Amino acid sequence: MMRFSTLIRHPAEWMIGGTVDNAVVLTSRIRLARNLRKIPFPGWATAAQRREAMDLMLPVIQELRPMKDAFAQSLSGLTAVQKQVLVERHLISREHAARTEGSAAVIERRQTLSIMVNEEDHLRMQSIRPGLHLRVAYDALNEVDDALQEQLPFAFDRKLGFLTTCPTNLGTGMRASAMLHLPALVLSNQIGQVLNAIARLGLAVRGLYGEGTESLGNLYQISNQSTLGESEPQIIEQLERVISQVAMHEANARLKLLEDEPIMLHDKMGRSFGVLKHAWLMDSKEALNHLSVVRLGACLGFFPKETVRLCDTLLMEIQPAHLQLHCGQKLSPEQRDERRAQIMRLHLQNVTSPVTVISDHNHHPLSDSNPSPEP
Amino acid sequence: MKCDFCDKKATVFLTQLVEGQMKKVCLCESCAQDKGVTDPTGFSLADMLITGTPTSAILGAPIFSSKKRQSDEKKCPHCGFSADDLSRVRRFGCSECYDVFRSEMEMILPGMQIGMTHVGKVPRGHEEKHLHEEKIERLRSQLDAAIQSENYEAAARLRDELRQLETLFPGLSPS
Repeated sequence: MMRFSTLIRHPAEWMIGGTVDNAVVLTSRIRLARNLRKIPFPGWATAAQRREAMDLMLPVIQELRPMKDAFAQSLSGLTAVQKQVLVERHLISREHAARTEGSAAVIERRQTLSIMVNEEDHLRMQSIRPGLHLRVAYDALNEVDDALQEQLPFAFDRKLGFLTTCPTNLGTGMRASAMLHLPALVLSNQIGQVLNAIARLGLAVRGLYGEGTESLGNLYQISNQSTLGESEPQIIEQLERVISQVAMHEANARLKLLEDEPIMLHDKMGRSFGVLKHAWLMDSKEALNHLSVVRLGACLGFFPKETVRLCDTLLMEIQPAHLQLHCGQKLSPEQRDERRAQIMRLHLQNVTSPVTVISDHNHHPLSDSNPSPEP
Repeated sequence: MKCDFCDKKATVFLTQLVEGQMKKVCLCESCAQDKGVTDPTGFSLADMLITGTPTSAILGAPIFSSKKRQSDEKKCPHCGFSADDLSRVRRFGCSECYDVFRSEMEMILPGMQIGMTHVGKVPRGHEEKHLHEEKIERLRSQLDAAIQSENYEAAARLRDELRQLETLFPGLSPS
């Protein structure tokens, strides 16, 4: 079986884009909730019933083709920091991390597929892909679901669909979501309007770590709210349509900022780069906000293209549990801030200072030797 | 007019908009007190309706599990989850709870879901199984009727037919 250290040694391909365009939409995620017929749901089951359900499900999951040589672990066998690392990587939920005996996580090598056993539902399975590819993620997960259905008696009702612990997940049991980086919509004060429009369509918008979390680093998650009354393809198509529109707005806003407010943008790049490269103490919030600016800059050409990948890697590496895991010891918040700044300095060492970028539509090109007058 | 909860004369009439629908409850003085209806700030008709029994769910029958009603509170026979648990956690105890608390559930669904009926994926083989389930159900009631009317010839034939079907789907036999 795969060891924890092997699993998380490298960032997964989906986290850093690979060859996929992830300038605005970082990742696409599909989650399916399934339960066993007649066995009490995890929250209502006794410890013995939970163990029984787990013993029934785990061998079947580990027999799945993509789960050969997967990481499989009872949550009681993981430390608090290890569990938190999995949460920071979006491989298990915060709710799941709070569980111990009778719950387990099975994670595929490439971390594109993970299955939580005895979370709020008996099974919560998830598939992740870089960029906007909800349909691809769904097709992969649907295959896993089919394979599991052949061996496990899933609770299904003709009228209500897949039966779940919470009625908000009834029907498809599917939550489809995408993570978007929307710095230009924030900078141009359009974000409120956009988020309102999304909410009016019956979709949910959340921060970086899901329900009830703040939006840090201009990262937003958009997902479907309703799971009953629409088919999986309908939900995915609507979501993909809305998300590509939001992504297009963001892309336009980026170009418009470059055209209309080049000085402000150049100033932001220089400042964020300076802080990341020279600070000695940095909390998560500050780090995420500067990384967000540099990521935007990399997409617009202020920094070399690979810097996007670097930002996405750092986004994960500077999270509290990741810092502690790499240090091999528990760190106080102050120690974490010091360590975080150190990692930033190290990784930005070889990144060159932001260059001057001229918008294609700008008739008054900027240059360092001959700065154009700001209108 | 009588109280919806006991036979005393109703003096408190409560109307509230629940999920876009007008709901009315009539209560006597003591039941109103008991259920906190006299305090308008801490009362929601939705909570009252959600835990009602199916027969009287529309006009919210006993819901607040006051001690004297505990004994006849509705419970899932399979996992022991009660109507009170449902109104507390807004979640279910097991798959069978959805049959037991179907009417309560159908009341809360419109607030959280776009539709009331699943139109998505159906597990492979489920349709086929369902048709058999229906057929077995029908044969069983015919068998009961045949036995009642002492038509033993028909009963024997039905029994054989049932046995054959049940061997096709062993999981469907009554446990």
